[in-house]
Amino acid sequence: MEKTKHKTLTDKIWGLFASVKFAVVIFSLIALTSIVGTVIEQNAEPAKNIKILAKFFGQSGAPAAYSVFDKLGFMDMYHSWWFITFLLLFAANLIICSLDRIPRIWKIVREPIRPLSPDHVGRMSIKKTVTLKAKPAHAKDLATKAFRKIGFRPSESSSEQGVQLYAEKGNFTRLGVYITHCSILIILAGAIIGVAFGFNAFLALPEGQTSSFAYQTGNRRVLLGFEVRCDKFEVKFYGDTDMPRSYKSWLTILKNGTEVEKKAIVVNDPLTYNGITFYQSSFGTMQENLGRGIVMLRLVSKDGKSEDFNTRLGGSFTIPGTGIEGRITDFSPALTVDQSGKPFTYDQNMVNPAIFVEFSAPGGKHYSGWIFKRFPQTWNLPGGSKAEFVDYWGVQYTGLQVRKDPGQTIVYIGCFILAFGLFVSFFMSHRRIWMHISEEKGGTRILIGASAHRNRAAFEKKIDKLAKALGSGQKGGS
Amino acid sequence: MDSSTFFGISTIAYFLAMVAYITYLGFKKKQIGVAATLITITGFVSQTIALVLRWKEFYAVEQSFLRAVPLTNLYESLIFFVWCLILAYLVIEFKYSNRSFGAFITPVAGLALAFIDLSGMSKNIQPLVPALQSNWLLAHVMMSFISYSMFGISFSTGLMYLIVRTEKKNEPAYIFWTVMLSIFIIVLAAMGLDYFAFKVTGQSQQEFIKSYLFRATFRNSSGAIETISWGAAVVFTFLVWRYGGIMKKVIKGFNISAEILDEITYKLIAIGFPIFTLGGLIFGALWANQAWGKYWSWDPKETWSLITWFLYAFYLHSRLMRGWRGKKVAIVAVVGFVAVVFTYLGVNLLLSGLHSYGSQ
Repeated sequence: MEKTKHKTLTDKIWGLFASVKFAVVIFSLIALTSIVGTVIEQNAEPAKNIKILAKFFGQSGAPAAYSVFDKLGFMDMYHSWWFITFLLLFAANLIICSLDRIPRIWKIVREPIRPLSPDHVGRMSIKKTVTLKAKPAHAKDLATKAFRKIGFRPSESSSEQGVQLYAEKGNFTRLGVYITHCSILIILAGAIIGVAFGFNAFLALPEGQTSSFAYQTGNRRVLLGFEVRCDKFEVKFYGDTDMPRSYKSWLTILKNGTEVEKKAIVVNDPLTYNGITFYQSSFGTMQENLGRGIVMLRLVSKDGKSEDFNTRLGGSFTIPGTGIEGRITDFSPALTVDQSGKPFTYDQNMVNPAIFVEFSAPGGKHYSGWIFKRFPQTWNLPGGSKAEFVDYWGVQYTGLQVRKDPGQTIVYIGCFILAFGLFVSFFMSHRRIWMHISEEKGGTRILIGASAHRNRAAFEKKIDKLAKALGSGQKGGS
Repeated sequence: MDSSTFFGISTIAYFLAMVAYITYLGFKKKQIGVAATLITITGFVSQTIALVLRWKEFYAVEQSFLRAVPLTNLYESLIFFVWCLILAYLVIEFKYSNRSFGAFITPVAGLALAFIDLSGMSKNIQPLVPALQSNWLLAHVMMSFISYSMFGISFSTGLMYLIVRTEKKNEPAYIFWTVMLSIFIIVLAAMGLDYFAFKVTGQSQQEFIKSYLFRATFRNSSGAIETISWGAAVVFTFLVWRYGGIMKKVIKGFNISAEILDEITYKLIAIGFPIFTLGGLIFGALWANQAWGKYWSWDPKETWSLITWFLYAFYLHSRLMRGWRGKKVAIVAVVGFVAVVFTYLGVNLLLSGLHSYGSQ
């Protein structure tokens, strides 16, 4: 075939994409721009980033620097056209460099091991010579047994120079690196499918309310195809501290008005229905509704009779069988006392909800005080009855991350293959052994040559074992 | 006895081991070497006991074996990092029958533990915030730190390789290692000064790292001190560059060939890389998907892990595909660990993001 001096354009582009240099350039571009992206806070308020940029460009230069970075897309850089182009170039590089090398590797994988000339066996990276007193025919049996002992099944061929036994294992492990490359492409493909056919939305759902849609960025509504209701939201704390232990939302899925699924979700345990997943992401209190919630009480008399009672601020209740009457006159979402003992509200969220109740007992006795949801010791009333503050319902909302990602399974499969590919690439190797058996005066000379394309030292130990298994009469090779 | 007693014992043991290893290098007496190894093992066992005790103490709070892994704040993660470092070192010592590294690794371990003590980092057991309450915690964090410590040792062997292999003072590799080593020492020294300045000002302990980093030196309010600090750093770097040959002589006295250093560097990365990929990136992504509803959100920690991953992927490719050996790849190994340190500490201390657990 005639070799043309001029490569075609396709060849040139192919060559470029297959080159390691190109990979390094793409790696560096992704890495360097990513570093900028970790310093500039993504999708943040302009003021925040101007403050960050002021550290690098000074107070006067920061606004100008901000507008330049903003125009270049650095404020949401991981979704900018150029960053996605880098990722696609990375994928193209991965595909082409793999395709470029795979035919050669495939040949090694497919081609079965063949006998070699004794000279060639002696030139392998691992070599050993063993001399036995036995006749060649017997030595061959011993050698076959030795092969079996280290887990290899030898083939056999004979020539006038002697008999040769040879075996190989793990030829497919040479493909490990391509399995790894392929898995990265699968992950990228899964991510693209997720972006193209899925959505990422948010929903702030107040207790007791139902929604049939969520909001994507820019307040775009996305229909769920069913309805979701928040029955209750609650923050649990560690002991008496304000350190949150769990954020929990009781959700109900409704289809055409009928309940089809119920689940209490927490962070790390979302609810999935019809391919759409609801994640516990944030929470808050609707300040405008703060006075309009429902106070849920459990009233327990001295002899243990209890009754659940719901009312609102300003409402009254009676402890069953006692005649003690209470009226709720005040509410605080987070109550504590200052140094002088005066109560005050320290948080807008329901961190430590408390109600103020004025009691009047038969006989004209009056007393009043704060009852805390989180502190049962405040529930006890004089005379042994109790007013348990169960919940203040209807003023909190749960912040749900709502996501549909049809590419997720593909990403997971890709991750699994990646792990497998890495294992094959780093912890397994293609191992080959040749054993040349020839007659020597008074015995048999066995020449062992072996190679492993990775972890040679470990394989060398195995070859030592093989040589030892051949029996005594071993003379040290090198 | 509680966990902190045993942590104390291990800190002392690592310092004693350091003295023993250095004496061993000086006198080459076998008994001293054996003693050094035994002291290190004592420290390691004591630290293991401490970790188990801490786990038990945490279990009393968390009531879940998998989630009570003592790896949820900076204090615990540094301790686990040191533990992995010593374990990996002991394996290398036995495998290569060479004690020379001990003089390098034990001071790092001792200093790290002492730094934890001095900095006044919170040692209290902190209950898990909701986002961390997952069984992924154990696998993700533990594997990440195991790989970090492997990368850590590959950094030191890579640096030693460069020290041994460079000849001329104007050679890029020589300039690279002298500058790198200088920065390493300068940062440590500056942090030490911060500690003393911080003791003087008596500010709150938690904010130490976040607000006081380099305040005593490079970020000082007084312009003069700031200038002097930079000047001292430059002079120090120059001195290391000028007298780097001494380091070379010291390491040459270790009886460890450059080839073995290169091999250890490669082996550690070849084991650390898959562990990092699986535990750090894959498990991290799976967990993020469960907790945050996104398996990849370009959070600074994720991005820096990816950069680290790229660097080590580059190391492996340049070595396996291009057949690079020696100085070039050693430089990549050293740079890779700088990225690891930034992923581990820098992101938490300097940038904000979802992964802010490690900074308390």
